[in-house]
Amino acid sequence: MNKFADKRPAIIFLLFILLLFLLPFVYESRNLLILLTQIFIFSIFAMSYDLLIGFTGIVSFGHAMYFGLGSYSIGIFMKRFEPDMTYFLWAVLTTIALTAIVSFIVGLLTLRLKSHFYAMLTMSLAGLFLVLAEKWRTLTFGNDGFTFRVPELFIDRTNFYLLCLIGMAAVFFGLRRFVNSPLGRVLQAIRENEQRTASLGFQVLHYKIAASVVSGVLAGIAGILYAISLRYVNTSVFSMDITLDALLMTIIGGVGTLAGPIIGAGIIEFAHDWLTGLAKEHWIFERWIIFFGIIYILVVMFFPQGIVGTLRKIAWKRKKKSYPVKSEQKAAG
Amino acid sequence: MATLIETNDLSITFGGHTAVDSVSISVPEKHFKSIIGPNGAGKTTFFNLLSGQLAPTKGKVFYRGNDITHFSPTKRTREGIGRSFQITNVFPNLTVLENVRLAVQSQAGIRYQMLFHYKKYRHFEEKAIDWLRLVLLDEKKDSLASNLAHGEKRKLEIAMLLALETEVLLLDEPTAGMSLEEVPAILEVIKRIKNQGNRTIILIEHKMDMILDLSDSVMVLFNGRLLADGSPEEIMKNETVQSAYLGGHYE
Ligand SMILES: Nc1ncnc2c1ncn2[C@@H]1O[C@H](COP(=O)(O)OP(=O)(O)O)[C@@H](O)[C@H]1O
Ligand SMILES: [Mg+2]
Repeated sequence: MNKFADKRPAIIFLLFILLLFLLPFVYESRNLLILLTQIFIFSIFAMSYDLLIGFTGIVSFGHAMYFGLGSYSIGIFMKRFEPDMTYFLWAVLTTIALTAIVSFIVGLLTLRLKSHFYAMLTMSLAGLFLVLAEKWRTLTFGNDGFTFRVPELFIDRTNFYLLCLIGMAAVFFGLRRFVNSPLGRVLQAIRENEQRTASLGFQVLHYKIAASVVSGVLAGIAGILYAISLRYVNTSVFSMDITLDALLMTIIGGVGTLAGPIIGAGIIEFAHDWLTGLAKEHWIFERWIIFFGIIYILVVMFFPQGIVGTLRKIAWKRKKKSYPVKSEQKAAG
Repeated sequence: MATLIETNDLSITFGGHTAVDSVSISVPEKHFKSIIGPNGAGKTTFFNLLSGQLAPTKGKVFYRGNDITHFSPTKRTREGIGRSFQITNVFPNLTVLENVRLAVQSQAGIRYQMLFHYKKYRHFEEKAIDWLRLVLLDEKKDSLASNLAHGEKRKLEIAMLLALETEVLLLDEPTAGMSLEEVPAILEVIKRIKNQGNRTIILIEHKMDMILDLSDSVMVLFNGRLLADGSPEEIMKNETVQSAYLGGHYE
């Protein structure tokens, strides 16, 4: 019984994945597929962000830098060389290498910097990458960016949809295992009380670096998928907006959970799509960032734990109410 | 017996105020030493210097003859110096069991395993429950640490220290803020660990009468200085201690 309760979220998630997997075969809507693909990509990105902010307690405002590295890697490989699977794999390897190196260095900086300085520093680092992408015209074509062709396999929207779906599921289950590993448990201890974690004999810096690297590499992967979905890349992939998206999705969905960022990504992307539609009726809806700002403030005020956190709390309270005796026995036994 | 911990001229100054002033002590293996002294005497600060939370302005700390003055708290714990905190210092949003399990995990040296589920290491949880049972907290194992009453948090603090199974136990007022009924049980735990005879214990305690019969030696801190250091009987008889500490200043 207890074991089943543990596994229940995973089973629900699997069913949900299965439904989404079947969707393109029963319901043909190109727009919906594209929107869902976008949600899967940002789910990966937001989960990677939550590993930092929600599980380890590291606040970074520069998460876009890894995303952008992934986007530019794939774009440049596809543009410069052939848009085939070999170069796609090269782009993936390059992204992993670049994001791992950068996130390792950025993780190292947590040693010397207090949290708000760290947040500012990551923000300016992402800004630095943006400037680099603007100025290194021979490689990036500057601000305007460039379009590129993608491997045959990804031209078909359904294929790409399925790839992103599988990617999201893999990241979900991979991160689930990671945060529940002995190492992952220490990350959560660091979030709760860094100094005490150190005095238990854990080398805090090593864990922060581990979290930073895993998070950075996954964000890079999300960046690759994002650029493929657009078949276009420009400097906006390094912009603050990208980081803010991850932040909003994570906080609205629920920090410190993995389902939260996915739900948050779904809400933000659907809302974005809907508001863009409404913008045709009235200009105010073009300013969708205002609406997200309002949603954000409301969530932080009334549901500081986000959607998943709040639901969990309610479920937990209900369980406590209906089996007060049972839980007592369990505690005693 | 061989000296385990030694301090030499250990001092720390906070902006002109010397909180620990040239303290030199040496603690043999398997020894039970108590530190007494009025509030603000520098007892906790002295512990912070031993456990690495603070770096001294002057002087050195030796452990088994090695200079550890510049070791981090992490490294000192791994070398065998564990401590508990006077102001409760736990993981608030983790369960009581998880708080202790993390200490057990560290003690077992499982630090970077990231492929297996933590539940694979079931025995960690079982061991953690044993520690919780020892401090009479096992019934609260599924509560969040932040939901514990003050006295229970103190017990959790002690369980986390014990779970590290370090050679040296630094206990900073383990019974501070506990209700009177809870104190004997905790003293009993400390007594039992002492009687096992394989630990070196340094205990800060405000309530002097409680620790006299436990201690092999007692040191008195006053305004950061080492006022006296000797057997409990000597300390009781010492006139400086009488006038400075046991007399007027002791509330
Ligand atoms: N980090 C610090 N910064 C400045 N002053 C401190 C710090 N830690 C302790 N002190 C001062 O050092 C003195 C000794 O404090 P403490 O060691 O906590 O005393 P005790 O534990 O004996 O009650 C106090 O006057 C306290 O204000
Ligand atoms: Mg103190």
